Amino acid sequence: MNLFATLADKPWLAQPAPPPDEAARRMPAARVGVLWLLASLTALFSLFAVAFLIRAQLPDWEALAGGAGRPLASLAPLWVNTAWLATASVTLQAASLFARRGRSGALRAALAAGALSALAFLAGQALVWQQLIAQGHFIATNPSASFFYLLTALHGAHLAGGLVAWVHVARRAWRPAADARLALGVALCALYWHFLLAVWLFVFALLAAEPATLVWLAEICGLR
Amino acid sequence: MVLAVALILVTVASVLFHFLSPWWFTPLASNWKLIDDTILITLVITGGVFVAVNLFIAWALIRYRHRPGRRATYEPENKKLEGWLTIGTSLGIIAMLAPGLYVYTQMIRVPEDAIVVEAVGQQWQWRFRLPGEDGRLGRTGAAFVSLDNPLGLDPDDPDGHDDLIVPGPDLVLPLDRPVLVLLRAHDVLHNFYVPQFRVKMDLVPGLVSRFWFTPTATGRFEILCAELCGVGHWNMRGHVEVVDKSAYREWRAALPTFGAVLAAAADDGLDEAARRGRELARERGCLACHTLDGAAGIGPTWQGLYGAERPLADGRSVRADADYLAEAIRDPNATLVAGFPAIMPRVDLSEAEVDALVAFIRSLGAPTAEAQGADPMPPGDAPAANEAAHGAPR
Amino acid sequence: MTHDADTHHEPSSFWTRYVWSQDHKVIAIQYTLTAIAIGLVGLVLSNLMRLQLGFPGRFDFIDAAAYYQYVTMHGMIMVIYLLTALLLGGFGNYLIPLMVGARDMVFPYLNMLSFWVYLLAVLVLVASFFVPGGPTGAGWTLYPPQAILPGTPGTDWGIVLMLASLVIFIVAATMGGLNYVTTVLQARTRGMTLMRMPLTVWGIFTASVLALLAFPALFVAGMMMLLDKLAGTSFFMPAIVSMGRELGHEGGSPLLFQHLFWFFGHPEVYIVALPAFGIVSDLISTHARKNIFGYRMMVWAIVAIGGLSFVVWAHHMYVSGMNPYFGYFFATTTLIIAVPTAIKVYNWVLTLWRGNIHLTVPMLFAIGFICSFVLGGITGLFLGNVSVDIPLSDTYFVVAHFHMVMGVAPILAIFGGIYHWYPKVTGRMLDERLGRLHFWVTFLGTYAIYFPMHYLGFLGMPRRYYSFEDYAFIPDSAQDLNAFITVCALVVAAFQFLFLFNLVWSAFRGKPAESNPWGATTLEWQTPETPPRHGNWGEALPVVHRWAYDYSVPGAKRDFIPQTEPHEGAPPGTDEALAEARP
Ligand code: HEM
Ligand SMILES: [Cu+2]
Ligand SMILES: [Cu+2]
Repeated sequence: MNLFATLADKPWLAQPAPPPDEAARRMPAARVGVLWLLASLTALFSLFAVAFLIRAQLPDWEALAGGAGRPLASLAPLWVNTAWLATASVTLQAASLFARRGRSGALRAALAAGALSALAFLAGQALVWQQLIAQGHFIATNPSASFFYLLTALHGAHLAGGLVAWVHVARRAWRPAADARLALGVALCALYWHFLLAVWLFVFALLAAEPATLVWLAEICGLR
Repeated sequence: MVLAVALILVTVASVLFHFLSPWWFTPLASNWKLIDDTILITLVITGGVFVAVNLFIAWALIRYRHRPGRRATYEPENKKLEGWLTIGTSLGIIAMLAPGLYVYTQMIRVPEDAIVVEAVGQQWQWRFRLPGEDGRLGRTGAAFVSLDNPLGLDPDDPDGHDDLIVPGPDLVLPLDRPVLVLLRAHDVLHNFYVPQFRVKMDLVPGLVSRFWFTPTATGRFEILCAELCGVGHWNMRGHVEVVDKSAYREWRAALPTFGAVLAAAADDGLDEAARRGRELARERGCLACHTLDGAAGIGPTWQGLYGAERPLADGRSVRADADYLAEAIRDPNATLVAGFPAIMPRVDLSEAEVDALVAFIRSLGAPTAEAQGADPMPPGDAPAANEAAHGAPR
Repeated sequence: MTHDADTHHEPSSFWTRYVWSQDHKVIAIQYTLTAIAIGLVGLVLSNLMRLQLGFPGRFDFIDAAAYYQYVTMHGMIMVIYLLTALLLGGFGNYLIPLMVGARDMVFPYLNMLSFWVYLLAVLVLVASFFVPGGPTGAGWTLYPPQAILPGTPGTDWGIVLMLASLVIFIVAATMGGLNYVTTVLQARTRGMTLMRMPLTVWGIFTASVLALLAFPALFVAGMMMLLDKLAGTSFFMPAIVSMGRELGHEGGSPLLFQHLFWFFGHPEVYIVALPAFGIVSDLISTHARKNIFGYRMMVWAIVAIGGLSFVVWAHHMYVSGMNPYFGYFFATTTLIIAVPTAIKVYNWVLTLWRGNIHLTVPMLFAIGFICSFVLGGITGLFLGNVSVDIPLSDTYFVVAHFHMVMGVAPILAIFGGIYHWYPKVTGRMLDERLGRLHFWVTFLGTYAIYFPMHYLGFLGMPRRYYSFEDYAFIPDSAQDLNAFITVCALVVAAFQFLFLFNLVWSAFRGKPAESNPWGATTLEWQTPETPPRHGNWGEALPVVHRWAYDYSVPGAKRDFIPQTEPHEGAPPGTDEALAEARP
């Protein structure tokens, strides 16, 4: 369906009636709803990124990474967490596959693995927080640190929200009766996880960027 | 029908109101006639549209009102009509936008020969500074703000020493000379607005904003703050006085330089501890409640406090000696002075800091009436009164 | 659509039916009543402000701090908690499923949650009246640094509760918005193509999309300010000396907040305006018995305005100290957006032209809307054009402008909408005489309030002033005008209670309504029962055969043809014929 063609319709003219199976060809409402949710979240995180870039141009900014003594002098813990989140994404994708094939045993295992890796990710993020605090990098120490705490917390909160949806889906997956909408639920869970993985990679890249990269980014975006 | 008549009346009344209204722009006192002209263009175009639309509706209401047997025409769209209306509207828009942007270009292009004035806003007062001989304004920073240096000039920047400090909230400007106003704020947003000059601009803490104009009429004009800045926003008063060149030169010549202000402050007869106490009193917010000039505050004034007999809330009375004062600072609500609420917060202070504060209070003098010789300290020249005039926030 | 079967059964207990209801119609009413309740608070606050402005010093309980709290709460309540909630949560909820031929919203549970979260946001907001220090007095724009520094009322609790309430509201609005958008896209009944939808649905749909994309900006700004306030961060806070004390902040940018706020704030104007545009289009078309003039242009204009509304935000910041070169861009985009807006006005007016105009109460309000909106729109051309804005910004000209364009105009559209759809919602007509009285007082009263107010702005009187005493440039006559405006405001406010009375009284005693009292074409008037029952459509969903504006079609028996009526002479064997043949 071409949007422009649709908008050019002259609706007052008699049109051929739509085929009776029109509804069946439409995307499931739940998927559309999730896609719009992701659009809204994209706006949210993009605006945070813009705020980040603008704030990073001001003189008191100290980059998080790039040098000993900096809060993110070692990115290793965050890479480990990233691996956990990626694992969650992959296992949930597998779960989605199993759900479509109707392999409920494998589905349950994959679902559980997905949630556990997500929890591991959250725990890992909490650990990084703890380390930063132990090193004396508090939320108000520098705006870069403020953004670090804020963005990781917000991302974590969205992941936690995803876990609520996961519980919803898992309850059905563990029920013995066949459930036609289960596969859709699992697929949407996986989609949401992929999205949060992408957001995390984006946030991670911003937070760990060298000052020069930030300047360059800001220039591209016309913020300098 | 009634509605049609009402619409016609509303339109006519609006037009009449426009021409008869005693409320209109104040007489222009700057070079920005261009702005007034653009407004006039906008008014004519939009006013025409306003009248036309309303009268058209009224006419349609009468002409096409429901009557038995009437049937509306069926016309889903009329590309040609819609096209013409779009083109007409676009032309009208261009007729407003083009002059608007032209004027704007003038507004942001500052003339080379403009004199520079700095206006600084603070809840809820105006201050001004002019560059001195060297034509340059010295560096500033929030960290330098103090009772003696309310504008926050950097004392180590030689450029700043000859800057002229305007005492009080009234600025004087010469006639017919472009003025570039640089704007700074210490605390919150403010906005420098003189209706007769037409232009205005926000003062934003953390950056220097600017605008320019040329005063073209002598007189005394009110400065209004046009950006909400707290409960005193409506009452942040100041004036711009536009005078001829020689009067301006005279006024300018009488202004103290920052260097002179600093020297006078260093010469205040305070010892090291008292001076430190004075800064502490400001930094730690004591002066939010305690005044230095004997005026009533949320807490007792510090003027003449040292050595005075203090009536306490429990009926006793004590002498405000160094020990009492130190105790009252450390543990505010242990002893309560009669007539004041127990709201003073406990502030984290070192021993040395408490001593400094006591020394400062002591420097503010003993009670004049009962100077019973109990005060061993040479009172010096208490700087209290003029201090409070510009230092104590209320 | 996907679950016809399971939303069909009617909930049985009182609780599931009226309180924890998942029926879009009940939720719509819940939203509407809550919004009206909090809107009354906003109305009372505006009258208190007017008392101070009209008769300064006469009411000593209104001190400067209280005045600023009233301004702030009034503005925020009216824009967010009344208009946004009522237009999307109220009208959107009620009308979308009915107008597109769905049994309910696609996510009824989420829909219910949306209301309860909204109610929570309202309660948190109201709570701020009762905390120490009272609600925030930072102005509805909540600009930092002032919003979180001493010198402004409510900087301890008030501002925190305000931000918390906004964050909660955004969650509610997002849940609602997802529902409205998805329902429009996925749950339209057979034959309801996008271009056959009534403009009301187009308006609410586009507004919901804007809400989904714009509210995040408010969320970002609100979160960052909360941290500046509670955790001592410096997102928006530069080095500051407040009340003689140097604060621990450094390097932040107050302008960043303003950009974020208005990136939300301007689309917010259209979140309120677009549904009103839609509603008014349908009212005018129905009551002038004529198809809306230039339907396609109207749809395009809605979409264009929605898109453009994201690139005009800094017209609120011409005097903010931002880079002055931005002024060129934003003045140009702002004036460009005036073109599609003007087209909408023309098309409403041209719908009246050669119509068959019935001056019913909804029609009165719709025409009142056009008149108010035109006035508010043309003054927008002053404020959008940067060099004209500079003398006028932050004066009463602005107050008059935004009240006309996004206060009075949408409110009139809402009233019109309520008079129009009330018979469908309750099965009874609102009392007509009370309605007319309500219209005349509201329309003429608000005009009398705001038209002269522009001239106080020309004079240069700044907005958000507690008092104008001892300002030499303000003549005494301005005070008389202010007193006059206050009297008008009190009268207008008092007559709103007449409307409330009408709402309640007519629900029980009103004249029983037919199922389609206005002779309208759209689906909501074709339900098997009035008011529609749970599930809306009885056994079978309606099938749509034509657009929403077949009024006075030449040759037709009646002067309207419902959307469900097939075109005559559809060749046998086509789908149309099949649909007919089905029982
Ligand atoms: C009869 C109805 C109303 C009256 C008498 C009224 C009156 C006022 C007054 C006196 C002010 C303060 C002006 C100032 O001090 O600068 C104000 C501000 C405001 N009003 Fe209204 N108002 C009414 C309805 C509305 C409606 C329906 C809206 C919805 C958009 C609205 C939105 C606002 C906003 C956003 C502000 C600005 C608040 C601020 O400056 O922070 N008002 N109103
Ligand atoms: Cu102010
Ligand atoms: Cu705007």
